[in-house]
Amino acid sequence: MAAPRTLFANPVRELGRALVFLLTAISRMRLTRLQIAETLRQVYFTGVRSLVIIVTCGFFVGLVLTLQTYDTLTRFGAGDAVSTVLALSLFRELGPVLTTILFAGRAGTSITAEIGLMRATEQLDALDLMAIDPMERIVQPRLLAGIIAVPALVLVFNVTAIFGGVVFAVFLMGVDPNTFWGNMQASVELGRDFMGGMIKAVAFGFLASWLAVYYGWTARPTSEGVALATTQTVIATAISVLLVDFILSAIML
Amino acid sequence: MKSSHQIEFTAGIFLLLAIAALVFLAVQATDGGAAMRGESYELVADFSNVGGLKPRAAVSMGGVRIGSVERIELNPDTFEARVTMRISERYNDLPEDTSASILTAGILGDQYIGLEPGGSPEPLRDGDAILITQSAVVLEQLISRYLFNTDGE
Repeated sequence: MAAPRTLFANPVRELGRALVFLLTAISRMRLTRLQIAETLRQVYFTGVRSLVIIVTCGFFVGLVLTLQTYDTLTRFGAGDAVSTVLALSLFRELGPVLTTILFAGRAGTSITAEIGLMRATEQLDALDLMAIDPMERIVQPRLLAGIIAVPALVLVFNVTAIFGGVVFAVFLMGVDPNTFWGNMQASVELGRDFMGGMIKAVAFGFLASWLAVYYGWTARPTSEGVALATTQTVIATAISVLLVDFILSAIML
Repeated sequence: MKSSHQIEFTAGIFLLLAIAALVFLAVQATDGGAAMRGESYELVADFSNVGGLKPRAAVSMGGVRIGSVERIELNPDTFEARVTMRISERYNDLPEDTSASILTAGILGDQYIGLEPGGSPEPLRDGDAILITQSAVVLEQLISRYLFNTDGE
Protein backbone atom coordinates (compact mmCIF):
# COMPACT_ATOMS: atom_id res chain seq x y z
CA MET A 1 0.00 0.00 0.00
CA ALA A 2 1.31 3.43 -0.93
CA ALA A 3 1.58 6.06 1.79
CA PRO A 4 -1.06 8.53 0.51
CA ARG A 5 -3.53 5.72 0.15
CA THR A 6 -3.29 4.73 3.79
CA LEU A 7 -3.42 8.35 4.87
CA PHE A 8 -6.73 9.08 3.18
CA ALA A 9 -8.17 5.69 2.35
CA ASN A 10 -8.15 4.33 5.89
CA PRO A 11 -10.35 6.98 7.55
CA VAL A 12 -12.71 6.91 4.57
CA ARG A 13 -12.91 3.13 4.66
CA GLU A 14 -13.45 3.24 8.41
CA LEU A 15 -16.34 5.68 7.91
CA GLY A 16 -17.81 3.43 5.23
CA ARG A 17 -17.55 0.39 7.49
CA ALA A 18 -19.23 2.25 10.33
CA LEU A 19 -22.04 3.29 8.00
CA VAL A 20 -22.55 -0.23 6.63
CA PHE A 21 -22.55 -1.53 10.20
CA LEU A 22 -25.21 1.03 11.19
CA LEU A 23 -27.39 0.29 8.16
CA THR A 24 -27.16 -3.43 8.86
CA ALA A 25 -28.21 -2.87 12.47
CA ILE A 26 -31.14 -0.66 11.40
CA SER A 27 -32.27 -3.02 8.63
CA ARG A 28 -32.49 -5.91 11.11
CA MET A 29 -34.35 -3.80 13.66
CA ARG A 30 -37.28 -5.57 15.25
CA LEU A 31 -39.41 -4.33 18.10
CA THR A 32 -40.52 -7.45 19.88
CA ARG A 33 -41.40 -7.45 23.58
CA LEU A 34 -38.08 -9.04 24.36
CA GLN A 35 -36.25 -6.33 22.43
CA ILE A 36 -38.07 -3.56 24.29
CA ALA A 37 -37.30 -5.16 27.66
CA GLU A 38 -33.65 -5.50 26.68
CA THR A 39 -33.56 -1.85 25.54
CA LEU A 40 -35.00 -0.80 28.90
CA ARG A 41 -32.31 -2.85 30.66
CA GLN A 42 -29.69 -1.03 28.62
CA VAL A 43 -31.30 2.32 29.51
CA TYR A 44 -30.73 1.27 33.11
CA PHE A 45 -27.10 0.26 32.56
CA THR A 46 -26.16 3.31 30.50
CA GLY A 47 -28.58 5.96 31.79
CA VAL A 48 -29.37 5.29 35.42
CA ARG A 49 -25.80 4.27 36.18
CA SER A 50 -24.57 7.59 34.73
CA LEU A 51 -26.89 9.67 36.92
CA VAL A 52 -24.40 10.27 39.73
CA ILE A 53 -21.67 11.67 37.46
CA ILE A 54 -24.21 13.71 35.46
CA VAL A 55 -25.81 15.26 38.55
CA THR A 56 -22.44 16.03 40.17
CA CYS A 57 -20.92 17.54 37.04
CA GLY A 58 -24.12 19.40 36.15
CA PHE A 59 -24.26 21.05 39.55
CA PHE A 60 -20.66 22.24 39.45
CA VAL A 61 -20.87 23.35 35.83
CA GLY A 62 -23.90 25.48 36.73
CA LEU A 63 -22.08 26.85 39.76
CA VAL A 64 -18.86 27.80 37.99
CA LEU A 65 -20.63 29.07 34.86
CA THR A 66 -22.73 31.41 37.00
CA LEU A 67 -19.71 32.47 39.04
CA GLN A 68 -17.69 33.40 35.96
CA THR A 69 -20.46 35.09 33.98
CA TYR A 70 -21.76 36.95 37.04
CA ASP A 71 -18.28 38.29 37.73
CA THR A 72 -17.87 39.42 34.11
CA LEU A 73 -21.38 40.84 33.73
CA THR A 74 -21.21 42.92 36.92
CA ARG A 75 -18.24 44.80 35.37
CA PHE A 76 -20.68 46.00 32.72
CA GLY A 77 -23.44 46.58 35.26
CA ALA A 78 -25.48 43.75 33.79
CA GLY A 79 -25.40 41.22 36.63
CA ASP A 80 -29.11 40.56 36.24
CA ALA A 81 -28.50 39.03 32.82
CA VAL A 82 -26.67 36.11 34.46
CA SER A 83 -29.67 33.79 34.29
CA THR A 84 -30.09 34.49 30.56
CA VAL A 85 -26.46 33.61 29.84
CA LEU A 86 -26.66 30.53 32.07
CA ALA A 87 -29.84 29.14 30.51
CA LEU A 88 -28.94 29.90 26.89
CA SER A 89 -25.43 28.48 27.04
CA LEU A 90 -26.68 25.42 28.93
CA PHE A 91 -29.66 24.59 26.76
CA ARG A 92 -27.99 25.31 23.46
CA GLU A 93 -24.47 24.00 23.93
CA LEU A 94 -23.09 22.91 27.27
CA GLY A 95 -25.91 20.58 28.31
CA PRO A 96 -25.92 18.36 25.22
CA VAL A 97 -22.15 18.46 24.56
CA LEU A 98 -20.88 17.88 28.10
CA THR A 99 -23.50 15.24 28.85
CA THR A 100 -22.59 13.28 25.73
CA ILE A 101 -18.88 13.42 26.43
CA LEU A 102 -19.48 12.29 30.03
CA PHE A 103 -21.81 9.59 28.69
CA ALA A 104 -19.09 8.38 26.32
CA GLY A 105 -16.67 8.10 29.21
CA ARG A 106 -19.09 6.47 31.60
CA ALA A 107 -21.35 4.31 29.41
CA GLY A 108 -19.83 4.28 25.90
CA THR A 109 -16.62 2.71 27.13
CA SER A 110 -18.44 -0.06 28.97
CA ILE A 111 -20.57 -0.83 25.89
CA THR A 112 -17.43 -1.07 23.75
CA ALA A 113 -15.59 -3.22 26.28
CA GLU A 114 -18.61 -5.46 26.77
CA ILE A 115 -19.16 -6.14 23.07
CA GLY A 116 -15.41 -6.37 22.44
CA LEU A 117 -15.05 -9.02 25.16
CA MET A 118 -18.10 -10.86 23.83
CA ARG A 119 -16.26 -11.00 20.53
CA ALA A 120 -13.00 -12.06 22.17
CA THR A 121 -14.64 -14.79 24.23
CA GLU A 122 -16.66 -15.93 21.19
CA GLN A 123 -20.00 -15.24 22.81
CA LEU A 124 -21.16 -13.50 19.64
CA ASP A 125 -20.34 -16.63 17.62
CA ALA A 126 -22.17 -18.71 20.21
CA LEU A 127 -25.29 -16.57 19.75
CA ASP A 128 -24.96 -16.99 15.99
CA LEU A 129 -24.77 -20.76 16.41
CA MET A 130 -27.96 -20.69 18.47
CA ALA A 131 -29.60 -18.87 15.55
CA ILE A 132 -29.88 -15.67 17.60
CA ASP A 133 -28.79 -12.68 15.56
CA PRO A 134 -26.25 -10.78 17.71
CA MET A 135 -26.94 -7.62 15.67
CA GLU A 136 -30.51 -7.79 16.81
CA ARG A 137 -29.94 -9.05 20.33
CA ILE A 138 -26.79 -7.15 21.35
CA VAL A 139 -26.26 -4.13 19.09
CA GLN A 140 -29.78 -2.87 18.54
CA PRO A 141 -30.90 -2.47 22.20
CA ARG A 142 -27.70 -0.56 22.98
CA LEU A 143 -28.19 1.75 20.02
CA LEU A 144 -31.78 2.51 20.99
CA ALA A 145 -30.89 2.88 24.66
CA GLY A 146 -28.34 5.59 23.84
CA ILE A 147 -30.92 7.55 21.86
CA ILE A 148 -33.27 7.41 24.87
CA ALA A 149 -30.75 7.78 27.69
CA VAL A 150 -28.70 10.75 26.44
CA PRO A 151 -31.63 13.20 26.02
CA ALA A 152 -32.91 12.09 29.44
CA LEU A 153 -29.48 12.71 30.96
CA VAL A 154 -29.25 16.09 29.21
CA LEU A 155 -32.53 17.11 30.88
CA VAL A 156 -31.23 16.02 34.29
CA PHE A 157 -27.93 17.82 33.63
CA ASN A 158 -29.74 21.03 32.68
CA VAL A 159 -31.95 20.96 35.77
CA THR A 160 -29.04 20.42 38.15
CA ALA A 161 -26.93 23.07 36.40
CA ILE A 162 -29.78 25.59 36.67
CA PHE A 163 -30.07 24.61 40.32
CA GLY A 164 -26.32 25.24 40.72
CA GLY A 165 -26.86 28.64 39.13
CA VAL A 166 -29.70 29.43 41.53
CA VAL A 167 -27.52 28.43 44.49
CA PHE A 168 -24.72 30.76 43.43
CA ALA A 169 -26.66 33.72 42.03
CA VAL A 170 -29.69 33.80 44.33
CA PHE A 171 -28.42 32.34 47.60
CA LEU A 172 -24.82 33.53 47.57
CA MET A 173 -24.84 36.70 45.43
CA GLY A 174 -28.31 37.91 46.36
CA VAL A 175 -29.78 38.24 42.86
CA ASP A 176 -33.53 38.67 43.21
CA PRO A 177 -35.18 35.29 42.46
CA ASN A 178 -38.02 36.91 40.50
CA THR A 179 -35.50 38.77 38.33
CA PHE A 180 -33.51 35.57 37.90
CA TRP A 181 -36.44 33.46 36.68
CA GLY A 182 -38.15 36.37 34.90
CA ASN A 183 -35.11 37.19 32.77
CA MET A 184 -34.66 33.51 31.97
CA GLN A 185 -38.28 33.08 30.91
CA ALA A 186 -38.23 36.30 28.90
CA SER A 187 -35.13 35.46 26.89
CA VAL A 188 -35.20 31.70 26.37
CA GLU A 189 -37.41 30.53 23.53
CA LEU A 190 -39.00 27.15 24.09
CA GLY A 191 -38.89 26.17 20.41
CA ARG A 192 -35.59 27.50 19.20
CA ASP A 193 -33.33 27.46 22.22
CA PHE A 194 -34.63 24.62 24.35
CA MET A 195 -35.99 22.21 21.75
CA GLY A 196 -33.04 22.96 19.47
CA GLY A 197 -30.81 21.72 22.30
CA MET A 198 -32.93 18.62 22.70
CA ILE A 199 -32.63 17.84 18.97
CA LYS A 200 -28.88 18.01 19.49
CA ALA A 201 -29.19 15.68 22.49
CA VAL A 202 -30.99 13.05 20.39
CA ALA A 203 -28.42 13.37 17.60
CA PHE A 204 -25.51 13.10 20.06
CA GLY A 205 -27.08 10.13 21.84
CA PHE A 206 -27.36 8.37 18.52
CA LEU A 207 -23.78 9.27 17.64
CA ALA A 208 -22.34 8.19 21.00
CA SER A 209 -24.06 4.81 21.07
CA TRP A 210 -23.36 4.14 17.39
CA LEU A 211 -19.62 4.74 17.87
CA ALA A 212 -19.58 2.69 21.10
CA VAL A 213 -21.19 -0.40 19.56
CA TYR A 214 -19.22 -0.01 16.34
CA TYR A 215 -15.82 0.05 18.06
CA GLY A 216 -16.84 -2.85 20.29
CA TRP A 217 -18.11 -4.86 17.32
CA THR A 218 -14.95 -4.30 15.25
CA ALA A 219 -12.45 -4.61 18.14
CA ARG A 220 -9.63 -7.06 17.57
CA PRO A 221 -10.42 -10.07 19.80
CA THR A 222 -7.44 -9.58 22.12
CA SER A 223 -7.07 -7.72 25.39
CA GLU A 224 -5.03 -5.08 23.57
CA GLY A 225 -7.69 -4.77 20.89
CA VAL A 226 -10.44 -4.20 23.45
CA ALA A 227 -8.33 -1.62 25.28
CA LEU A 228 -7.66 0.23 22.01
CA ALA A 229 -11.31 0.12 20.99
CA THR A 230 -12.38 1.59 24.35
CA THR A 231 -9.96 4.48 23.93
CA GLN A 232 -11.11 5.05 20.36
CA THR A 233 -14.74 5.24 21.49
CA VAL A 234 -14.02 8.16 23.80
CA ILE A 235 -11.79 10.00 21.32
CA ALA A 236 -14.10 9.49 18.35
CA THR A 237 -17.20 10.48 20.34
CA ALA A 238 -15.60 13.64 21.72
CA ILE A 239 -14.34 14.78 18.31
CA SER A 240 -17.45 13.92 16.32
CA VAL A 241 -19.81 15.41 18.92
CA LEU A 242 -17.95 18.73 18.81
CA LEU A 243 -17.91 18.65 15.00
CA VAL A 244 -21.59 17.75 14.66
CA ASP A 245 -22.41 20.33 17.35
CA PHE A 246 -20.87 23.07 15.22
CA ILE A 247 -22.77 21.93 12.12
CA LEU A 248 -26.10 21.68 13.97
CA SER A 249 -25.58 25.08 15.63
CA ALA A 250 -24.81 26.65 12.26
CA ILE A 251 -27.97 25.15 10.76
CA MET A 252 -30.24 26.06 13.66
CA LEU A 253 -29.10 29.64 14.33
CA MET B 1 -27.28 -8.37 40.97
CA LYS B 2 -30.72 -6.88 40.65
CA SER B 3 -33.52 -8.87 39.13
CA SER B 4 -34.60 -7.84 35.65
CA HIS B 5 -37.95 -6.70 37.05
CA GLN B 6 -36.21 -4.26 39.40
CA ILE B 7 -33.97 -3.01 36.61
CA GLU B 8 -36.91 -2.27 34.33
CA PHE B 9 -38.67 -0.49 37.20
CA THR B 10 -35.62 1.68 37.93
CA ALA B 11 -35.26 2.50 34.23
CA GLY B 12 -38.91 3.52 34.20
CA ILE B 13 -38.38 5.81 37.21
CA PHE B 14 -35.38 7.32 35.44
CA LEU B 15 -37.46 8.13 32.35
CA LEU B 16 -40.24 9.63 34.51
CA LEU B 17 -37.58 11.77 36.20
CA ALA B 18 -36.44 12.96 32.77
CA ILE B 19 -40.02 13.84 31.77
CA ALA B 20 -40.44 15.77 35.04
CA ALA B 21 -37.20 17.62 34.23
CA LEU B 22 -38.53 18.40 30.74
CA VAL B 23 -41.77 19.84 32.11
CA PHE B 24 -39.95 21.83 34.78
CA LEU B 25 -37.49 23.35 32.31
CA ALA B 26 -40.16 24.09 29.70
CA VAL B 27 -42.45 25.85 32.17
CA GLN B 28 -40.00 27.47 34.57
CA ALA B 29 -36.96 28.28 32.44
CA THR B 30 -38.36 29.21 29.01
CA ASP B 31 -41.11 31.35 27.52
CA GLY B 32 -43.25 28.21 27.22
CA GLY B 33 -44.68 28.71 30.69
CA ALA B 34 -46.14 32.13 29.98
CA ALA B 35 -47.64 30.92 26.68
CA MET B 36 -49.20 27.91 28.40
CA ARG B 37 -50.76 29.97 31.17
CA GLY B 38 -52.30 32.19 28.49
CA GLU B 39 -52.81 35.06 30.91
CA SER B 40 -52.17 37.82 28.42
CA TYR B 41 -53.83 39.90 25.74
CA GLU B 42 -52.74 41.52 22.50
CA LEU B 43 -52.49 45.16 21.50
CA VAL B 44 -51.40 46.55 18.15
CA ALA B 45 -49.77 49.85 17.28
CA ASP B 46 -48.66 51.33 13.95
CA PHE B 47 -45.34 53.11 13.73
CA SER B 48 -43.93 54.87 10.69
CA ASN B 49 -40.50 53.49 11.60
CA VAL B 50 -39.65 50.80 14.16
CA GLY B 51 -35.87 51.28 13.87
CA GLY B 52 -34.11 48.28 15.35
CA LEU B 53 -37.05 46.94 17.35
CA LYS B 54 -37.14 43.14 17.35
CA PRO B 55 -39.76 40.55 18.26
CA ARG B 56 -39.58 39.65 21.99
CA ALA B 57 -38.39 43.15 22.88
CA ALA B 58 -39.78 44.50 26.15
CA VAL B 59 -42.97 46.54 26.48
CA SER B 60 -42.85 48.61 29.62
CA MET B 61 -44.80 51.28 31.39
CA GLY B 62 -43.14 53.52 33.95
CA GLY B 63 -40.00 51.38 33.61
CA VAL B 64 -41.80 48.19 34.61
CA ARG B 65 -41.90 45.39 32.08
CA ILE B 66 -45.52 44.47 31.40
CA GLY B 67 -45.25 42.52 28.16
CA SER B 68 -43.26 41.83 25.03
CA VAL B 69 -43.36 42.41 21.29
CA GLU B 70 -45.03 39.45 19.62
CA ARG B 71 -44.42 40.26 15.95
CA ILE B 72 -43.63 43.14 13.61
CA GLU B 73 -45.03 43.32 10.09
CA LEU B 74 -45.71 45.90 7.42
CA ASN B 75 -49.30 47.09 7.22
CA PRO B 76 -50.00 46.72 3.46
CA ASP B 77 -52.58 49.55 3.42
CA THR B 78 -50.70 52.32 5.17
CA PHE B 79 -47.12 51.04 4.63
CA GLU B 80 -46.52 51.55 8.30
CA ALA B 81 -44.96 48.98 10.60
CA ARG B 82 -47.61 47.15 12.62
CA VAL B 83 -46.31 45.97 15.98
CA THR B 84 -48.30 43.37 17.90
CA MET B 85 -47.62 43.34 21.63
CA ARG B 86 -48.55 40.76 24.21
CA ILE B 87 -49.40 42.35 27.55
CA SER B 88 -49.74 40.49 30.83
CA GLU B 89 -53.36 40.04 31.93
CA ARG B 90 -52.50 41.68 35.27
CA TYR B 91 -52.39 45.02 33.48
CA ASN B 92 -55.73 44.81 31.70
CA ASP B 93 -57.01 48.29 32.48
CA LEU B 94 -54.61 50.51 30.51
CA PRO B 95 -56.48 53.67 29.46
CA GLU B 96 -57.77 53.80 25.89
CA ASP B 97 -55.66 56.86 25.04
CA THR B 98 -52.38 55.26 26.13
CA SER B 99 -49.51 56.29 23.86
CA ALA B 100 -46.63 54.11 22.69
CA SER B 101 -43.11 55.17 21.74
CA ILE B 102 -40.06 53.22 20.70
CA LEU B 103 -37.22 53.99 23.08
CA THR B 104 -33.66 52.84 23.52
CA ALA B 105 -32.27 51.51 26.79
CA GLY B 106 -29.10 53.54 27.22
CA ILE B 107 -27.00 54.60 24.23
CA LEU B 108 -26.16 51.13 22.95
CA GLY B 109 -29.02 49.24 24.56
CA ASP B 110 -31.87 47.33 22.99
CA GLN B 111 -34.92 49.12 21.72
CA TYR B 112 -38.16 48.63 23.58
CA ILE B 113 -41.68 50.04 23.58
CA GLY B 114 -42.54 52.49 26.33
CA LEU B 115 -46.22 53.00 27.08
CA GLU B 116 -47.44 56.26 28.57
CA PRO B 117 -50.87 56.13 30.22
CA GLY B 118 -53.55 58.59 29.16
CA GLY B 119 -56.56 59.78 31.17
CA SER B 120 -59.47 58.02 29.55
CA PRO B 121 -61.69 55.92 31.84
CA GLU B 122 -62.20 53.37 29.03
CA PRO B 123 -59.60 50.54 29.10
CA LEU B 124 -57.88 48.98 26.08
CA ARG B 125 -59.27 45.54 25.21
CA ASP B 126 -57.70 42.50 23.56
CA GLY B 127 -56.89 43.31 19.91
CA ASP B 128 -57.32 47.08 20.30
CA ALA B 129 -54.95 49.51 18.59
CA ILE B 130 -52.88 52.16 20.32
CA LEU B 131 -53.49 55.27 18.22
CA ILE B 132 -50.93 57.73 19.57
CA THR B 133 -47.48 56.43 18.62
CA GLN B 134 -44.01 57.86 18.32
CA SER B 135 -41.49 56.18 16.04
CA ALA B 136 -37.96 55.17 16.80
CA VAL B 137 -35.30 57.82 16.65
CA VAL B 138 -33.01 56.86 13.80
CA LEU B 139 -29.56 58.16 14.54
CA GLU B 140 -28.63 58.70 10.87
CA GLN B 141 -31.68 60.91 10.30
CA LEU B 142 -30.91 62.87 13.44
CA ILE B 143 -27.34 63.51 12.33
CA SER B 144 -28.32 64.51 8.79
CA ARG B 145 -30.94 66.91 10.14
CA TYR B 146 -28.34 68.46 12.43
CA LEU B 147 -25.85 68.86 9.56
CA PHE B 148 -28.56 70.32 7.30
CA ASN B 149 -29.59 72.86 9.90
CA THR B 150 -26.05 74.13 10.55
CA ASP B 151 -25.56 74.49 6.78
CA GLY B 152 -28.54 76.78 6.54
CA GLU B 153 -27.29 79.24 9.16
